[in-house]
Amino acid sequence: MKFDKEFFNLGYLDRLSYKNTFIHNIDARVKVIGAVFYIIAVVSFPKYAVLSLVPFFSFQIFFMILGEIPVDFVFKRVFVVSPFIFFIAIFNPFLDRNTAFYLLGIPISYGILSFLSILVKFVLTVSIIIILISTTSFAGLCYAIRYFKVPEIFVNQLLFMYRYIFVLTEEAMRMVRAKELRSFNNKGLELKFYVKLAGNLLIRSLNRAERIYYAMLSRGYNGNMPYIKKKKLNFSDFLFILIMLLTIYLFRFFEPVDRIGKLMIGVIR
Amino acid sequence: MHMADALISPAVGVGFWGLSLGGIAYSAKKLKENLDEKMVPLMGILGAFVFAAQMINFTIPATGSSGHIGGGMLLSILLGPYASFIVMASILTVQALFFADGGFLALGCNIWNLAFYTSFIAYPLIYKPIARKGKFSFLATIVSVVIALQLGAFSVVVQTYFSGISELPFKTFVMLMQPIHLGIGIIEGVITYAIIKYVATTKPEILESSVGNKQNKLNGVYTKKLVLVFFILTLITGGILSWFASNNPDGLEWSIEKIYGKSELPEKEHFLKNIFKGIQEKTSLFPDYTFKKSEKQETIPEEERYPNIDMGTSLSGIFGAFLVLLITFLTGYVIKTLKKKNL
Repeated sequence: MKFDKEFFNLGYLDRLSYKNTFIHNIDARVKVIGAVFYIIAVVSFPKYAVLSLVPFFSFQIFFMILGEIPVDFVFKRVFVVSPFIFFIAIFNPFLDRNTAFYLLGIPISYGILSFLSILVKFVLTVSIIIILISTTSFAGLCYAIRYFKVPEIFVNQLLFMYRYIFVLTEEAMRMVRAKELRSFNNKGLELKFYVKLAGNLLIRSLNRAERIYYAMLSRGYNGNMPYIKKKKLNFSDFLFILIMLLTIYLFRFFEPVDRIGKLMIGVIR
Repeated sequence: MHMADALISPAVGVGFWGLSLGGIAYSAKKLKENLDEKMVPLMGILGAFVFAAQMINFTIPATGSSGHIGGGMLLSILLGPYASFIVMASILTVQALFFADGGFLALGCNIWNLAFYTSFIAYPLIYKPIARKGKFSFLATIVSVVIALQLGAFSVVVQTYFSGISELPFKTFVMLMQPIHLGIGIIEGVITYAIIKYVATTKPEILESSVGNKQNKLNGVYTKKLVLVFFILTLITGGILSWFASNNPDGLEWSIEKIYGKSELPEKEHFLKNIFKGIQEKTSLFPDYTFKKSEKQETIPEEERYPNIDMGTSLSGIFGAFLVLLITFLTGYVIKTLKKKNL
């Protein structure tokens, strides 16, 4: 069932982020900066670039190995996601039929190139985010964006919501299960049942918000939220970001694929 | 209708990041001015609620396929515009990070498309005036949700178009997106209304105690101010977008036609066009670049927009890409085995 799977994935990602590896121990701020530059570099490639994007996969490979993230998990998450992007990209081969080059006698059109380019960019940008999330605790991430001057109310909202997503999805899951046990052949998925389910969930949520508020008050809440204590960046953080940014720069502007390919062909000849 | 990183250009992504962060900062400031402490847990819980409610599927009438709610207007009605903008932005952030819905760079676009129009356009300018004193709230909900979604869908098209990555013609894309989102909007509107109605009839005291007084926070002054802010933002967006489009002549012409075409200042239009033309000539890298036409190639690239890809370089490219991957895999394998030995 879809619901259980989504719920499981969310919890699994959370658990992954509490491992203790080299990548996990890198400061969240550094990782956020790295991810942002990575994504901008990937997206800034021209629309027909396919092969020059390939070296960027090496980041994923290293992070997955060093961070001990299961490869199949990341792959599944990437390929399950977003029919929307496929829906938009699939038009390119039909709309842009000019031949770019012949590969072993088969004409490859610009449309196919840009279609492939969108898909490769999609896989790269999505998987780097999944890796970022599964190697960084959510509290650490929130601390990082707070450090980058994102308004406090928004960061509090993220922390608060994240904490209660697990509680409320569990509650919703119980309700959905109870309903499914009482209905057969996929019945009971109609709107009027949905409204009652969601309405009930909303009532429970509002009740819970009130209880939480009083619980917070009784523990001395005065409108301020406590944060993780500030950490200083250490040597490995600096080394990490330096190497990452340098490699991104090289991959973006020095066309390593083309160079290595030409070199090897030259050597063989 | 989440935008994805792979579909947008860095310029569009960064631009909308700026706009959305501005929206968050503005809402945060407004919320802080008269913060009700109770709002903090309430916002958090309602964000989690929308998340949980999105995970429950229902069958869409007449199609048989399943869908889930967006929840933007529900939040606006329960929390008011500022808080709902923050909550929606936080939901979209978590979706982008954990469910890979959209992407990190596209997050700015997504917040703009799905949160801004609902919280700052549809709710104060459409829902509030129609649903005065509790009358016509059904109509108000449907109309405001539909309009918010139409605006969102349209700006997805605009963002995709200005990024220049998809080949879909502007008009076709609009014709695809708007009708689909009309249907989605009506269903979302009905559900939003029904859920609030359900809670209001079964447990009216809850709405009163937890969210009751937030509904009347808007007054006339606010609306006027908001229209002004929106007007300025539109100008900025238009300006930024046409700036981005400066190396895309079609987009430029389109935007100028759209923004200034119907205006009554023809000389101004001319003036702007000339400025942009100048910028375009300066910014385009190879204005008179002609491709070497090799005899082997049967088709000549249609226009300057195609980079020169010939057989030789692409073959060495494939070879190189394969080698790079091989090298990384090997290094990765070595690291892995070394790690295992250490353990």
